[in-house]
Amino acid sequence: MNNGVSTAATLPVQFSGVGVASGRVVGPVRQMPKPVQEPAAPGHGVAPLPAGATAESEGLRIKDAAKSVKAELRARAETASGEGREVLEATALMAADPMLIKSAIKLLSAEADGGARTAERAVWEAGAAVAAKLTALGGYMAERATDVLDVRARIVCELRGLPAPGIPSADAPFILAAEDLAPADTATLDPAKVLALVTSSGGPQSHTAILARALGLPAVVAAPGVDEIADGTEIYVDGAAGTITVEPGDELRAAAEAWSVQASALAAFNGSNTLADGFVLPLLANVGTGADAVKAAAAGAEGVGLLRTEFCFLDRSEEPTVAEQIEAYGAVFAAFPGKKVVVRTLDAGADKPLPFLTNADEPNPALGVRGYRTDLTSPGVLARQLEAIAAAEAAHSAEVWVMAPMISTAEEAATFASMCTAAGLKTPGVMVEVPSAALTSAHILREASFASLGTNDLTQYAMAADRQLGPLATLNDPWQPAVLALVKLTADGASLASAATGLPKPVGVCGEAAADPALAVVLAGLGVASLSMSARALAAVAAVLATVTLAQAQELAAVALAAPSAAVARAAVRDGLPILAELGL
Amino acid sequence: MSERTATIASSVGLHARPAAIFAEAAGELDLEVTIAMEGEPADEAMDAASILTLMSLGAAHGDRVVLRAEGAGADEALDRLVQILETDHDAA
Repeated sequence: MNNGVSTAATLPVQFSGVGVASGRVVGPVRQMPKPVQEPAAPGHGVAPLPAGATAESEGLRIKDAAKSVKAELRARAETASGEGREVLEATALMAADPMLIKSAIKLLSAEADGGARTAERAVWEAGAAVAAKLTALGGYMAERATDVLDVRARIVCELRGLPAPGIPSADAPFILAAEDLAPADTATLDPAKVLALVTSSGGPQSHTAILARALGLPAVVAAPGVDEIADGTEIYVDGAAGTITVEPGDELRAAAEAWSVQASALAAFNGSNTLADGFVLPLLANVGTGADAVKAAAAGAEGVGLLRTEFCFLDRSEEPTVAEQIEAYGAVFAAFPGKKVVVRTLDAGADKPLPFLTNADEPNPALGVRGYRTDLTSPGVLARQLEAIAAAEAAHSAEVWVMAPMISTAEEAATFASMCTAAGLKTPGVMVEVPSAALTSAHILREASFASLGTNDLTQYAMAADRQLGPLATLNDPWQPAVLALVKLTADGASLASAATGLPKPVGVCGEAAADPALAVVLAGLGVASLSMSARALAAVAAVLATVTLAQAQELAAVALAAPSAAVARAAVRDGLPILAELGL
Repeated sequence: MSERTATIASSVGLHARPAAIFAEAAGELDLEVTIAMEGEPADEAMDAASILTLMSLGAAHGDRVVLRAEGAGADEALDRLVQILETDHDAA
């Protein structure tokens, strides 16, 4: 900065948002192109064709644009390998597909239904019609509808002279800036090319945040303005503090350098977590597939605290067979012989709809028929899933626990436990993510053998704040005093149930809160018996937990509980954990 | 009008890579080639150069399809396309 006068006067030099994954890096920004806007339909003041254009000239533009998109996708296919390459090659052919292009060109004519229209609008409508046709065919073809819509968006961007949608490609690693990322973007994000994520929207539980934690990328969300930073600008991102600095000076560059050294030193977790006084607090991993489980085991996870079984069901128009499920679950159990694996039964609904199980027309999907509740409307799916889990358990040595998501009452817990018993599963449990379950955990845990706190949903329900909404990010914070109080109530209720039944009633945490090292200390102090997180977070959480005794964790938990706000709680606990600053967390 | 019948050799059927190879080859011709399942009426045959058409045809391994084209070189072109369909592209 030259005497406090910025040369780039139009752009702020510092942005702040919510830090969701720690780490400090410096790199050039690449903006995610904005989602494609639907081209206007003719009529209502919109001319059918641009001045000087004819149906013939617009037809040529469509053919040229389709050819360019095909060439670009083909070039990308050449740099890919295996399945990714085949997908890109097939998508490249779709871009110039006669079925798509011919029907778009037909729509340009004045004789077409609705009259003449622009090339952009014609491609848009033709793509929609082809996609609808594929969707109606169901199964494999229905899945290709997404590819057609992707190709359509690319052709429309090409016609407009705009960059193609999706994560930009660049030779050198970059910091990806966006309004927010969609689940579909996560498939194409190359962690070797992306240094950090910054978004102007999205909350701590947004897909961007979850992706960043899973990939171990520093990330700041809900930082208004970052989606306007020019491509190529050097920025510094501090994913713990939630700050972004444009054109950082030497001091910040040194901080980023120091973090990369510490991050590599942190890379290993020895697979047996204890507090400073030897108190055993197992660290488990959240996984979705057999491949995830193998990686988690390699990262030292002491078991699986959350097996998301949706992966087996998503993108399916029909329920997978019991045999398919046995194979999928078995692949995870095989990675953890003799260790605990907690299986969460199907959690469909809200942000994870399934055509054969959930109703897309609910006015309030987060409060609708989701999770365990789908057994009310589609009985049989859950029973078959439990049957598959039991069969997979019999074929492996993993110690299998099963829990139902979205349990709200002790009656539901009792019904689920009896279904598990009927299937031959010995350890039935519940997710605590609805506040009513936290408030009545003493009753619920008389029926169930254990509970696992899903802090993402528990926070969204306790604060009545949709976890995907950026403007509500400060409400959607697991450090909120109300959320911490619900965690404590759950743990206290479990102690009562344990005393009443003479059985252990452990309460774990499997939400993203467990991956925040400072919050992990608070959770330990509140009486949580195990923590489950993205495998990437294990080393950092273990390194911090190793510096505190149980008594110190309890003191810090009391400090957090007594705080009037999330910000005060976080600041006070961080002050009590000097290791965080040392490790750059 | 030239006409040929071919048996799909690829184990996955006329999907993904085999469909891409075939659509590409049909698209490079100066002829309009159509494809239909054996037994389907000729006027319901569809554009063989469209990968979307091919995939929606749903031809599985062992299914028989009919290719049709008209014009100079149609016979040679159809012979080449039949050869592509009767090769198992998955057995690479």
